[in-house]
Amino acid sequence: MSLALMLEQLLNGVQFGLMLFLMSAGLTLVFGVMGLINLAHGSLYMIGAFLCAAVAGATGNFWLGLMAGIAAAAAAGALIEVTILRRLYARDHLDQVLATFALILILSEGVRIIFGPFPLYLNVPDMLRGSVDLGITQYSRYRLALIGFGIAVAVGLWLLISRTRLGIQIRAGESDREMIAALGVNIRWLYTVVFALGAALAGMAGALVGAIQSVQVGMGEPVLILAFVVIVIGGIGSIKGAMVGALLVGVIDTMGRFLLPRAFATFMEPSQAMGVGAALASMLIYVLMALVLILRPKGLFPAHG
Amino acid sequence: MAEMRREYILNAVIVAALFAVPLWALMAGEPFIITLATRVALLALAAVGLNIALGLGGMVSFGHALYFGIGGYAAGILAHHAFSGTPVAFGIPGTNQMLVIWAVAMGLSGLVALAVGALSLRTSGIFFIMITLAFAQMGFFFTLSWPAYGGEDGLPIFVRNQFPGVNTMLPWELFLLSFAVLLAALGLFAVLRAARFGAALMAIRQNPDRAAAVGISPFGVKLTAFVISGMLTGLAGAMMADLTRFTSPAMMAWTMSGELIVIILLGGVGRLCGPVVGAAILVGFETLFGGWTEHWQLWLGLVLLGAVLFARGGVIGLLAGREGHG
Repeated sequence: MSLALMLEQLLNGVQFGLMLFLMSAGLTLVFGVMGLINLAHGSLYMIGAFLCAAVAGATGNFWLGLMAGIAAAAAAGALIEVTILRRLYARDHLDQVLATFALILILSEGVRIIFGPFPLYLNVPDMLRGSVDLGITQYSRYRLALIGFGIAVAVGLWLLISRTRLGIQIRAGESDREMIAALGVNIRWLYTVVFALGAALAGMAGALVGAIQSVQVGMGEPVLILAFVVIVIGGIGSIKGAMVGALLVGVIDTMGRFLLPRAFATFMEPSQAMGVGAALASMLIYVLMALVLILRPKGLFPAHG
Repeated sequence: MAEMRREYILNAVIVAALFAVPLWALMAGEPFIITLATRVALLALAAVGLNIALGLGGMVSFGHALYFGIGGYAAGILAHHAFSGTPVAFGIPGTNQMLVIWAVAMGLSGLVALAVGALSLRTSGIFFIMITLAFAQMGFFFTLSWPAYGGEDGLPIFVRNQFPGVNTMLPWELFLLSFAVLLAALGLFAVLRAARFGAALMAIRQNPDRAAAVGISPFGVKLTAFVISGMLTGLAGAMMADLTRFTSPAMMAWTMSGELIVIILLGGVGRLCGPVVGAAILVGFETLFGGWTEHWQLWLGLVLLGAVLFARGGVIGLLAGREGHG
C-alpha cells in the first residue's frame, strides 16, 4: 500500500465529503428554519443532474448544463414548497415523512416519463479532462476542481449566512420564527427562499457528480440517506456541523472501503478478507452515526444551545 | 360510542373480506389472487407489528425493514442449510420446519430490537427516526456485501418450508396459515391495547412527564413495546420469504421501512385493522395500476400525498370516525 494510493483515496474522500456538504447544507437549513424533514431533497439532486445532462448533451456546453441544473432544481424546490410543503410545517414528523416520501415517488416517475427509463451520460468539460501531477501521484483534474468548487461554495454560503441581511433573517428564523414574523419579516417569502436555496445546492451537487457517475432515476436516494447521516452527526440546523459531518462521512466511508479489506487481509485469506472488509466498511458511517447519537444525542454542533 | 360500534362492524367486514376474496378465487380457479391475498395478509402482519410501536407508542421507527429482513434471512439461511445438509454454525443443523424458523426469526428480531430500542430510545423526534434508519441501513449494507448467503443476489428457498398438517405448496393452505397468524397478531394487538400495558403506552405517547409522575417508567414500557413490535415484523418477514421463496437485501431497504409506514398511515394510525386496509390498498394499487401503466408509482404518490394532506386518520378514520380514546 503506497503513500500515493493513500493520498488519492484521501482526496477522493474529501471530494465526496464536499459534494455531500452541498446536499446536507440545504437539508439542514430547511430543518433548522422550517422544522421540516424533507425526504424529497434527493429528488432535487436528481433533477439537477438530469437537466444538466440534457442541456449539456443538447448544447455541448457543460457550464450551460450546470446553470440549467441549478435553476431547474431551485425552481422545482420553490414550486413544491409553495404548493405542498408549506402545509406541512405545523404537522408532526410522521406526516412530513409520508408526504415527502410520496413526493419522491411522484418526482421519480415524473423524471422517468420526461427523460425515459435509460440513464443519461454527462461528459466532463474539456478544460477539466485528464489529470494533474501532485508530485507523488497523478490525480483527476475534474475531481480536484470539485474540491475547489465545494470549498468556494462553502465559503460563499458562510458569507451569505453570516454577512448578509438574508443570512441574519435565516439565523433569526432558526431561533424564533414567531418573533421574526412579528418584527415584520415576510416569513412565507423567507421559507420559500431558504427552500429554493437548499434545492439549488442539491441540484448543483447532482449536476457536478453526474459527470462522474451515470445520471439515472433513483440516484438521489442513496445520497439523501448519507446527507441525513451527515446532518444528524453534525447537529441538525448547523451549517458548520454539516461541513464537519460531511467531511467525516466522506473520508471515513472512502478510507474504510480502501483500508478495511487490506487490514483484514493481514490475518485472513484474501478472498474472505475482501468480503468481510467490504461488509464492515459499508456499515462504518452508520456505526459512527449511532455512536454520535448515543454519546451526544443532539449531534456534534447542536444549533440551539 | 356509535363510532366505536361502527369500527367494530368495519373491522369484521375487513377481516371477512380478506377471507372471502381468496375463497372466491379458490372457487373460480384463480390461484394468483390467492397469492395476492396472502401477500396482503403478511404485509399487514408486518405492519401490525410496527403499529404497536408507531400507533400505540408514537415511536416513528423508520427502520422496521431491519426486523422484516432478519426474519426473511432466518427463514432463508435455515432452509438453505436444511437443503444442503450442512450445519449453520457450531454443528447446529438447518431446518425446514416453519415453527422452528418462526421461533428463531422472532427470537433474533426480538434481540436486535432490544439492542436497537435500548440505544435509540435515548433520543426522540427526528433523531429517533434517523437512528432507527441508521440501524436498518447497517443491516441492509451488511447483507448486501456479506458473500456467504448470496450477497446482493439474495438467497432462494428452493422448497417451501413445512408446517405440520398443512401442504404449504398449495396457495389456499398457505393463505389459511398466514390468515390465521394475522388473526392471532390482531388479537394480540387488541389485547395489548386494552390491557394496562396499552393504557400505559398510550399515556406515555400523549404525555411522558405526566405518565412518569403517576409512576409509569416510560423507557421500560416503550422498550417492551418496541421489542414486541420487532418480533411480529420479524415473523412476517420469515413468512414472506417463504411465500416468495426468496430472501434478499431488498427486504431491509429503507423503502421497505417506508412502505410499512405508508401501510399504517393509509389504513389509520393506531387502528386495529388499519394495517389490513393499508396493505390491501398498496397491493391492490401495485396490481391494478401496475398492469395498466408502468408509471403506477406516480399515482400511488399522488394518492399518498392526498391522504396525508386531506384525509388524516386513514381509511378507517374516514369510515368509522375519530378514535374514541387513545
